[in-house]
Amino acid sequence: MGSFLFDFFAIFTVICAVGTVVNKNAVNAAMCFLLCLVGVAGLFVQLDAYLLAFLLLLVYAGAVVALFLFIIMLLDVQGKSAVSFRRLSTAAAVIAAGLLAVGLCSFAIHGHLDAPNPNYASGVGAALKPYAYQLFTLYLLPVQIMGFLLLIAMLGVIVLSKKIDPAEGAK
Amino acid sequence: MIHAGLNAYVLLSALLFAIGFFGVLLRKNTLVIFMCLELMLVASTLALVAFSRFNGTLDGNVFVFFILTIAAAEVAVGLAIIVALFRSRRTVQVDELNALKH
Repeated sequence: MGSFLFDFFAIFTVICAVGTVVNKNAVNAAMCFLLCLVGVAGLFVQLDAYLLAFLLLLVYAGAVVALFLFIIMLLDVQGKSAVSFRRLSTAAAVIAAGLLAVGLCSFAIHGHLDAPNPNYASGVGAALKPYAYQLFTLYLLPVQIMGFLLLIAMLGVIVLSKKIDPAEGAK
Repeated sequence: MIHAGLNAYVLLSALLFAIGFFGVLLRKNTLVIFMCLELMLVASTLALVAFSRFNGTLDGNVFVFFILTIAAAEVAVGLAIIVALFRSRRTVQVDELNALKH
């Protein structure tokens, strides 16, 4: 049963990822990306990372994909997105991605990745308390830095998206 | 209970990363390229969560927590840059954004 769920979510995720890449319509690509994220969240649930699965759905599927769709509709580039792929760049992309896939897969197959049986290791990611403990003890400084980073990103977005008036900019 | 092995998760993560990489190289629309970059980021988080689960530690999960935060900030800034680019050049196709080409 568990193996069936893994196979299902893995195939679903890969198909949706391929759909994201090959879809010529940007809105359809965003929708495929959304489904791909749902598949990854399902895999997270199988890995006992319930909090991360929900965060992935909330942050990525909820906020990020909505932002993408909003920008796609704002820019309205549907007519121009049907540019056909050039043969040379397509061949280069296929070769590069194929080499990367073969290299990583051979590393994953031939490498010694055999961890101890996970059913004996406790699923520490399942509960919320260990997260809070780690975030407020060992990772306290990164959490603070992350807060500043979000503030800086917010200020940067405001500056970037502000219309600069030439007359005002000369002051 | 976990039935699939660590190898399966890492293989899936590598495959997703390669698909995202392929998309970055193949596509001409800046927005879709950005989406494929996000796909690569998600693929790496899958590997981190799998390693963390199979070793019984929490560190990988906490890293994924941080990666999600970074990704949210990155998407906001990146999309703002794309909108600013569209305002000045009226296009988001990388073929037409060739001001730095000699």
